[in-house]
Amino acid sequence: MTKSAVLTSPAQTDPPAAAPAPRRRQLLRRALPLALLVVLAILPYSTLDLPALLPGPVNSPGSLQLLGVCLVFAGLAATYDLLFGHTGLLSFGHALYVVLGSYTVNIAVTKGGFGLPAALALTVLVGLVVPALLGALALRVRGIAFAMVTLAMAQVAAIAVASDPGRLTGGEEGLSLLPSAIPDFLAGIDNTAHLYWLALAYLVLVAGAIGWLVDSEPGRVWAAIRENEQRVAVLGLQPYRFQLLAFVIASFLAALGGMVHLFLMGGSSPQITTSSFTLGFLLMVVLGGAGTRWGAVVGGILYAYLDHRLGALGTSEAVAGLPGFLRAPLSEPLFVLGALFIAVVYFLPGGLSGLSTRIRGDGR
Amino acid sequence: MSTLVLLSLTGLGLGALYFLVASGLSLIFGLADVLNFAHGLFLSVGAYGTWWAADRLGLGFVPAAAVGVGLGALAAVLVELLLIRPLYARPIDQVLVTVGLSLAGVALLQAGFGADPVTFPKPAWTEETTTVLGATVPNDRFLLIGVALAVLALLQLFLHRTRFGLIVRAGVEDRAMVTALGINVRIAFTVVFAIGGAAAALGGVLAGVYYGDVSPGQGTSLLIFAFIVVVIGGMGSVAGSALAAVVVGLVQQFTSYYAAAGVGEASVVLVLAMVLLARPGGLTGRTA
Repeated sequence: MTKSAVLTSPAQTDPPAAAPAPRRRQLLRRALPLALLVVLAILPYSTLDLPALLPGPVNSPGSLQLLGVCLVFAGLAATYDLLFGHTGLLSFGHALYVVLGSYTVNIAVTKGGFGLPAALALTVLVGLVVPALLGALALRVRGIAFAMVTLAMAQVAAIAVASDPGRLTGGEEGLSLLPSAIPDFLAGIDNTAHLYWLALAYLVLVAGAIGWLVDSEPGRVWAAIRENEQRVAVLGLQPYRFQLLAFVIASFLAALGGMVHLFLMGGSSPQITTSSFTLGFLLMVVLGGAGTRWGAVVGGILYAYLDHRLGALGTSEAVAGLPGFLRAPLSEPLFVLGALFIAVVYFLPGGLSGLSTRIRGDGR
Repeated sequence: MSTLVLLSLTGLGLGALYFLVASGLSLIFGLADVLNFAHGLFLSVGAYGTWWAADRLGLGFVPAAAVGVGLGALAAVLVELLLIRPLYARPIDQVLVTVGLSLAGVALLQAGFGADPVTFPKPAWTEETTTVLGATVPNDRFLLIGVALAVLALLQLFLHRTRFGLIVRAGVEDRAMVTALGINVRIAFTVVFAIGGAAAALGGVLAGVYYGDVSPGQGTSLLIFAFIVVVIGGMGSVAGSALAAVVVGLVQQFTSYYAAAGVGEASVVLVLAMVLLARPGGLTGRTA
């Protein structure tokens, strides 16, 4: 735990102040996520009404679905952070693997007549093989060229989905999941709480796996590659292999996220193939703070929440009173998010988690 | 035969479009090391500027296009001065800022002009056709190819025959050395942004003529192909971009026609993959 704290938190590089304070903070560091997890887990039992923040009471299906989407995005952002924040790989094609997870299950079940377990198994296989092949190719180039190659690959997926080959993907309409294939405990509007818990379980799985991985031996090599790839090569390790490992794991976890997203939305939508969706991961991670323990999760929740709620804000009364030239941009979630993102890059390097570190640092 | 001619000329026209976007992208990346995601925005500014000038101000096509290109160059200069310049010591942050800008810019265009495509005011003669070697070819293809060739010639003249071009070429080669010799490279950055913005805006105008309409997302989708062209051509090389644009345009047209719609784009990425496997630095062999 101490070692990980040194690796991940800039706050720990400060000279060791009074001994008890860090220990208390360390306890807090462990207890706080656990307490938050408990709160998140019992949310579906709450009837609290937050009219401005959520579409209905907390346990209403609409609110739970929104919260579930936020949790899935938090998990997906964490998988992207494994690439960008922890290994230093700037990928613009991460959405491809979300698409892969969502559409593979959906097509196998809805068009291929597979049973759900078989479809999930198939997707696990596809989610490992495809990233291994594409990653092996894309990682032959470094830096910006890698970013462009991954972007191009994601674009091919977007075009493939849009052109609806063999009427498999449903094109622009998207593809609804065959209702009879959905297991009973996830089906119907009454079971939104179960979907929410599924999303929460996904987030816990991803956060746990990544937290464990970055502390493992490959994890330390990833951190070293992020800092200085050449030096890692000189030390006799092959950066390519470790990068490929990170790429496959992150993409595989993203494919799992795609499955959860599929159940949560009840279908696959071509919206997850757009370039703004794939660039969105970068926004989430940078907003929250790249390469930190919780930054990507916070950024993912914030991004998904704003993305879904700003549309509602645009039609709300508070904005309707503004003059037209202000109202129109504010009703575009991506404008607000993009502007917020630029502001964070300029004024808040390290993102929101950098902010919390700074406040803590000043408070001492 | 007539199909071959039509496909070739259409492919070259598409390549011309890609070249206009990619040339500026490549120069900006080569000189300033900025991967400019906002480049698609300059393209959209050019297209919407032209539409606006023709539709609202009632200008003819050529003056309206000049307004669009001017606005594109202005947007590029403003972006460089206000947003990119403070971040030259932080290259990753520059990419992030241009990514944010491209998302916010597309959303802003959508807020201003609506998400639906607007009909582009193309001149009547581009709708007519000319018969070449038995093939009936729409005139806009010739416009695209002609403009791209003119831009290529002008860029080469600028790069190889002017003092500023010399500074730009030297800066692409070794920026630190040029700075050490006491030459202000920063001004060259702004100039390259202005040129790139103008070329992209011109690409936007021609894209409007080619597709017949303009939509907020058009810039971003063209930008992705321009990225592919830049990587295939070798970053920082205008001639490489021209060559790669021709290859990509032709491959896309021919495979789209002989296979299925979607396959054209996929085969472009296949070309990219093959080039990267054989020559990771791109066709012109420069390492990025």
